[in-house]
Amino acid sequence: MKTIDLSTASVRDLNQALHDQVNQVEDREWVVTHSNGKHNLAVGVNQAVSIDIQGHAGYYCAGMNQKASITVHGNAGVGVAENMMSGMVRIKGSASQAAGATAHGGLLVIEGDAGARCGISMKGIDIVVGGSIGHMSCFMGQAGRLVVCGDAGDALGDSLYETRIYVKGSVQSLGSDCVEKEMRAEHLEELQELLNRAGFDESPASFKRYGSARQLYNFKVDNASAY
Amino acid sequence: MSEKHTPVLRESATFDRLTIQEIQRAAETGIYDIRGGGTKRKLPHFDDLLLLGASVSRYPLEGYREKCGTDVILGNRFAKKPIHLKIPVTIAGMSFGALSANAKEALGRGATIAGTSTTTGDGGMTPEERGQSQHLVYQYLPSRYGMNPDDLRKADAIEIVLGQGAKPGGGGMLLGMKVTERVAGMRTLPIGVDQRSACRHPDWTGPDDLAIKIAELREITDWEKPIYVKIGASRPYYDVKLAVKAGADVIVLDGMQGGTAATQEVFIEHVGIPILPAIPQAVQALQEMGMHRKVQLIVSGGIRNGADVAKAMALGADAVAIGTAALIALGDNHPRLDEELKQIGSAAGYYDDWQNGRDPAGITTQDPELSKRLDPVEGGRRLANYLRVLVLEAQTMARACGKSHLHNLDPEDLVALTVESAAMARVPLAGTSWIPGSGY
Repeated sequence: MKTIDLSTASVRDLNQALHDQVNQVEDREWVVTHSNGKHNLAVGVNQAVSIDIQGHAGYYCAGMNQKASITVHGNAGVGVAENMMSGMVRIKGSASQAAGATAHGGLLVIEGDAGARCGISMKGIDIVVGGSIGHMSCFMGQAGRLVVCGDAGDALGDSLYETRIYVKGSVQSLGSDCVEKEMRAEHLEELQELLNRAGFDESPASFKRYGSARQLYNFKVDNASAY
Repeated sequence: MSEKHTPVLRESATFDRLTIQEIQRAAETGIYDIRGGGTKRKLPHFDDLLLLGASVSRYPLEGYREKCGTDVILGNRFAKKPIHLKIPVTIAGMSFGALSANAKEALGRGATIAGTSTTTGDGGMTPEERGQSQHLVYQYLPSRYGMNPDDLRKADAIEIVLGQGAKPGGGGMLLGMKVTERVAGMRTLPIGVDQRSACRHPDWTGPDDLAIKIAELREITDWEKPIYVKIGASRPYYDVKLAVKAGADVIVLDGMQGGTAATQEVFIEHVGIPILPAIPQAVQALQEMGMHRKVQLIVSGGIRNGADVAKAMALGADAVAIGTAALIALGDNHPRLDEELKQIGSAAGYYDDWQNGRDPAGITTQDPELSKRLDPVEGGRRLANYLRVLVLEAQTMARACGKSHLHNLDPEDLVALTVESAAMARVPLAGTSWIPGSGY
């Protein structure tokens, strides 16, 4: 196990050491101490390593992650796991806005709450939030699944493409072109699988499903008031 | 006996024929007009400036003998691997999606032959353009369509796009007819949707956040790649200062003459400022920060010939970028296409419906048959020829001004023909020492 102490090492040292694992893996397990909310921790990792960040993380923690399993034992700042491609990121606390923004793949688990714009422009990632999410979440969501065990804020799924959204609690309002949809057997099944992977024991039957009405896919003047 | 009187029809300056036509079109369709290209209105531009050739007070260089350097290094503020270009004329960002794969390949080929860089666009990097581009700048846009760290690492530089001159403050669009299976696949979108691109980045909101975002991109790429910040010209003095403070290596400043693949006509014509007044504002910002020539300035928007290149550089730019002119060099709006263009309601020299994918030149299309019309090798050759001419012309004028490198051109080599252009470019009105706005 490799330990990087950020009270003495720099973020640059940490990221370079992690990037150096691409060619030859020296350590599969990494521990980062004294993170103290520093930005850009473990960004651009491209190897199947396990990274435990023992504290809070600032902006863009685990940004563009590929293959790695990264756990933040605290809260995470703006854009955690932004543009993640694969692997898994788990936030033991809460996350700020734009969690999982534009991410293409992998699994992001936020055990607490997530702020505004959670899953904005998501392109294939799966996001499971134990608590609630803020306004404008999943704006222009293109692909992937967003699961919310608590409540969703204003304008959920505005201008949605093909992301599927599951919310257990209340939804303050739905954004343009986002509608509640029937929860069929295949949806219960995929939701159960996501909850299992995230480690939550909620019952899929207690969730509602939301998706795109696909009315805004091509511009029609009759829909002008929706924009 | 009364003489027969032939009345003279008087056109309204306010309601001219184009205006009347637009009102009629709007009344009929209920939707704004969308088109490609840049502004078509007459604006203060480089044509309003003249270069002062040497005489007794200045010493010219021999036109075909003495050296006039053209190379430029971009991104040596922080990047471990700055880009060294042979010529200061780069190819602006244009997407695969807006352009055919053959057009993107041709741009890469032409740029590489000429020793300069080309740039991706919304929708990601294609193997064709990476393969044919010696220097490839990877755009990082609000939509992040096709954005992935593997391509980021393959790039030679990263350009964070905050806006473009044709539509500062506006997002992009790619209409459904161009969202083919390949384009949709690269952007993770359903085939045939009218694709909307966000106008703001999804994971940061202001200049302090931008600094952290730049740091993230540097960390991901191990501080190797130069990081450009592209701005649509509207408030360049403040925008440049904030971008430099945030850590940019290079500023790309795009005036309102810069083209777009598809935007509302009203947006193209009424938002932003021309490149002429934008450059001095940007240079002032850089100079006040002690960063002129340390953070390089690339300017674009209406660059057409070597005179424009020389004048832009005399105003303080380190390099220029071309987009529309590059497409014309590939064959856009060529007279041989006149008949076909007339069949789709346009004509050679006027065609701007780049959004609808029916370009007979095979450039602004995703139609496989139309795309085949553009031979990327021949297109690349034509572009390289054009780039050579731009540089030869700029060198000719620089030598006449006594300059041994294009970078040695400066505002003292310029005068303006109009009061407006003198005020905007901050150079004297020709024949006077008066720079409007510079004091009494």
